[in-house]
Amino acid sequence: DSCSVVNRGFVCVCKSRFVFCFLQQRRRAGPAAAALWQKPRSAAQQRHSVTATESKMAGADGDDSLYPIAVLIDELRNEDVQLRLNSIKKLSTIALALGVERTRTELLPFLTDTIYDEDEVLLALAEQLGNFTMLVGGPEYVHCLLPPLESLATVEETVVRDKAVESLRKISQEHSPVDLEVHFEPLVKRLASGDWFTSRTSACGLFSVCYPRVSSTVKAEIRQHFRTLCSDDTPMVRRAAASKLGEFAKVLELDYVKSDIISLFTALASDEQDSVRLLAVEACVSIATLLPQEDLETLVMPTLRQAAEDKSWRVRYMVADKFSELQKAVGPEITKNDLVPAFQNLLKDCEAEVRAAAANKVKEFCENLPEDNREQIIMTHILPCVKELVSDTNQHVKSALASVIMGLSTILGKDNTIEHLLPLFLAQLKDECPEVRLNIISNLDCVNEVIGIRQLSQSLLPAIVELAEDAKWRVRLAIIEYMPLLAGQLGVEFFDEKLNTLCMAWLIDHVYAIREAATCNLMKLVEKFGAEWAQNTIVPKVLGMANDPNYLHRMTTLFCINALSEACGQEITTKQMLPVVLKMSNDQVANVRFNVAKSLQKIGPVLDSNALQTEVKPVLEKLASDTDMDVKYFAQEAISGECLSSSTIVDKLNT
Amino acid sequence: GDGEAREAPLPTEQPISVGLCIKMSAISASEKVDGFTRKSMRKAQKQRKSQGSSQYRTHSTPVELSPLPQLKDAPSTEQQELFTQKLQQCCMLFDFFDSVTDLKSKEIKRATLNELVDYVSTNRGVLVESAYPEITNMITTNIFRTLPPSENPDFDPEEDEPTLEASWPHMQLVYEFLLRFLENPDFQPSIAKRYIDQKFVQQLLELFDSEDPRERDFLKTILHRIYGKFLGLRAFIRKQINNIFLRFIYETEHFNGVAELLEILGSIINGFALPLKAEHKQFLMKVLIPLHTAKGLALFHAQLAYCVVQFLEKDPTLTEPVIRGLLKFWPKTCSQKEVMFLGEIEEILDVIEPTQFKKIQEPLFKQISKCVANPHFQVAERALYFWNNEYILSLIEENIDKILPIMFCSLYRISKEHWNPTIVALVYNVLKTLMEMNCTLFDELTSSYKADRQREKKKEQERDELWKKLDELRLSNPALVQNNSHGLLRVQNNNNNNNNNSSNNINNSDTQDRDVDSAVAITTDEKEPDSMAAGESTLSAK
Repeated sequence: DSCSVVNRGFVCVCKSRFVFCFLQQRRRAGPAAAALWQKPRSAAQQRHSVTATESKMAGADGDDSLYPIAVLIDELRNEDVQLRLNSIKKLSTIALALGVERTRTELLPFLTDTIYDEDEVLLALAEQLGNFTMLVGGPEYVHCLLPPLESLATVEETVVRDKAVESLRKISQEHSPVDLEVHFEPLVKRLASGDWFTSRTSACGLFSVCYPRVSSTVKAEIRQHFRTLCSDDTPMVRRAAASKLGEFAKVLELDYVKSDIISLFTALASDEQDSVRLLAVEACVSIATLLPQEDLETLVMPTLRQAAEDKSWRVRYMVADKFSELQKAVGPEITKNDLVPAFQNLLKDCEAEVRAAAANKVKEFCENLPEDNREQIIMTHILPCVKELVSDTNQHVKSALASVIMGLSTILGKDNTIEHLLPLFLAQLKDECPEVRLNIISNLDCVNEVIGIRQLSQSLLPAIVELAEDAKWRVRLAIIEYMPLLAGQLGVEFFDEKLNTLCMAWLIDHVYAIREAATCNLMKLVEKFGAEWAQNTIVPKVLGMANDPNYLHRMTTLFCINALSEACGQEITTKQMLPVVLKMSNDQVANVRFNVAKSLQKIGPVLDSNALQTEVKPVLEKLASDTDMDVKYFAQEAISGECLSSSTIVDKLNT
Repeated sequence: GDGEAREAPLPTEQPISVGLCIKMSAISASEKVDGFTRKSMRKAQKQRKSQGSSQYRTHSTPVELSPLPQLKDAPSTEQQELFTQKLQQCCMLFDFFDSVTDLKSKEIKRATLNELVDYVSTNRGVLVESAYPEITNMITTNIFRTLPPSENPDFDPEEDEPTLEASWPHMQLVYEFLLRFLENPDFQPSIAKRYIDQKFVQQLLELFDSEDPRERDFLKTILHRIYGKFLGLRAFIRKQINNIFLRFIYETEHFNGVAELLEILGSIINGFALPLKAEHKQFLMKVLIPLHTAKGLALFHAQLAYCVVQFLEKDPTLTEPVIRGLLKFWPKTCSQKEVMFLGEIEEILDVIEPTQFKKIQEPLFKQISKCVANPHFQVAERALYFWNNEYILSLIEENIDKILPIMFCSLYRISKEHWNPTIVALVYNVLKTLMEMNCTLFDELTSSYKADRQREKKKEQERDELWKKLDELRLSNPALVQNNSHGLLRVQNNNNNNNNNSSNNINNSDTQDRDVDSAVAITTDEKEPDSMAAGESTLSAK
């Protein structure tokens, strides 16, 4: 009761009073000024002059803190969108300054009345209002926020409308059960029966938030409204309803799920528009989860079967995409009887998009099969389809399969993997499409666990070599990234024998990105195989490049030293690397010289203070007087950085 | 010699092709390397071989067709039966991606379709009632299908080559046949409406999304014929087009047949009865105007502008809302679109009534003055061309006292500042024309130009200072941001002080209500504001 009194008062007051106390002066300024508060845009010019005089008046009053708030409100109607947007974004400040009562009685009605604006401004407003509960006086008054949000929920622009619905959903939780029925639910009803599709679309997102907290009579009404929207004339509304079907089903009592939701689900799943039907597939997951096992066969499965064979590829794609969820929701029995054949069909679908989506799910689907006859199902039903996909005409399908196929080996065990999967892996390792090969190589760890990588290594090597020399640098880059992983799995011997040469060859690749990745790769290898290995195998080769006639290769030596010094440790760095770096300070190419300065700074922390003082410092000082300004700059940088780092080392030694 | 190079640039090799549903670490790795992955993805997809099929193949292999005798050779008593047989024969679908299988059958079907086209276009009396279901069945079997996934999800109709329908050799003849069937003098809508119904039209409309322009062109003519012949379907067709456009604007931003549908609408609007129904006005304001926001506006702007102008010629009172709508959606960053908008405005101004012009001139010319000052010379040039239009000139002259003050500042400024000499020359001409229209006003504006600019600058400064002050207020009031009640109290106090000092004695809310809004206070429940005021004063007391 008290609520309605407040509400009535609120409406009367806001109609006759102005937004802010001294705006009342404005009203006295005459009809012209009054009019401009009603139609801001048309009277913009007059308003400007009024504002100017007004501001002087207010300024003269010597009240600084209050004045900008008025400006803010004034700017809510400025001609410039950006200024309106700025002030809308500071709406909470305005509200704080106004206080809860004025916010309720003045600011909100004002906002409700002037909702015609740029979508950008409306979006900001819709967002702000979702966080306004405390600013209007807490949950007791939260329903004051409904009128402006209701208007926003009916605008054309989807982004604004969605944001308004999001805010409405948020504040619905702050309503008391009584307020929910008195204020919120009527709003949902109004939206649900709006003339233009936008309001009905918005309503779809609001049913589920108020349903659990209202009386059974109101619940019945809400169900009725949802039902109406599911068969709305406009496909946009049906799409909105279909996308909220699962969410709504979750808050309904089980009996109503069976009686209401199922019929709606069936109807939407056979809608004339495929854009509606595919949304029903999403809902299918939630609905199937809610129902007891014994009802699934009669209530859900006919529709799901139909969806899996829909004439539109979009619907079938959706089924494939949601296959794991569906599988979990319907349980093992139905999976065995229905989903296995359905999955087979999707793997053989005529559209590549559908096949690729299904191929992506192969591993997950097999993993979730009931354990008792998982192996048998995979071997007799799934594997034959997988074999076909290995030689699919579409590279996306093959590469989707390659990204998951290795996972089957853990499920099928050693013998099956060797007999059935290995030939497939090997075939994919030779695929014409590099993506397919890369996807296989990147998942080697699964196979390694089951059969050991040795089984593959003979075929692996040519595949790796081929990728390593691919004409496309992105392919080379990708294979470099897998190198540390491969090295770990293949072991140091195999690596030294077969792969080391590749890794060194990348260092002189003509593409910088590859050289950079190769440098980083070396660092990771050293971390894996240790400093001693580094000293024997790679450091000599890296340092040898310091005498290369190509300055880019000489610089690569420096980059490698930067990356390796820490992993190799003080001994190697001081004894082997440092002399080379110092010698390169005499290089004729300026790029090399300033990179020497950078390297010295970089490896400084690894060196002992003696080497720093006696060897590094003189060289840096020499470089600091170089003829090239960049060399000078980096040498000075290094000296100042070096002092800092050396002093810390000195400190360390002292303590 | 290589000493000058600071760093090797990023390579510009062919990127690897990247699939639509492929999530692979190589991609993220390559993204780290350069920022052009999206572009490279598109490029890669362009190279994809066309391999989608629009037909849902049921895995049943087609039965081999055997040629039937020619219709013209059959005795007239058997012709009808043979016609039906041929229609049924043409229901067999073939896989056109496989160019080696069923060659003979494909050729038989092609020849039969040709014969059927010829048969319905040259012969009278062949459209007996029993033929209608057979004909529509043959048509629906052949053309109604779910369109295949786009070969290129980022298909840019302005740049990319469309994917052409593979089965076009047959499909073209089926479309041709449908058109001849509809245009046959014996065609009876009263019989046909049992088969060419809402569902038929619905499926036909969905085909407008085809990437193949040849197909869309046929569809356009066919839908236009259906709209003309089936009165009962007209409202339905309009509503469905409505839905397609709304989905295009607000949901998918993708539909290939917008231009074709607009072209049909252009001719439909022509025939609307006066006064216009609310439905039609709603379509104009809620569908056609928002269509201007579409990313690919260039593809259908001509047709769209034609529709809009058609509406305004029908009902001039729509001019004001239409122009306000265009101003609301005026492009902010896309100069090409801005040029299109200006073109449309000129088309509208060409047919505007002087009384309507008066209603809209202020907001419109504020926009035009912004366009004239646009640094993009094509936008400025397009706007300045308005002054070459005799009718627009006469409208401007009539309202020179309103328009000149709006335009003057921009024109005067760019006559001195614009980088493009052509624009400057055009602006001088425009200024001259305007001066001739009202010499005294022009002189006044010239002399007050500097003062006006200074005043504007000052206003701008004042605004900046105010915003700064506001930020300070927020900074100095951390409690105001964090603690609602506390911050509220401080501002409220300031508020009260202010009102006490000022001549208008507006204090806290109870006196305020009585003082100013006594009339309201009587009608409202007085207790509410009172109790509020009490609450506030206790807060203040703290």
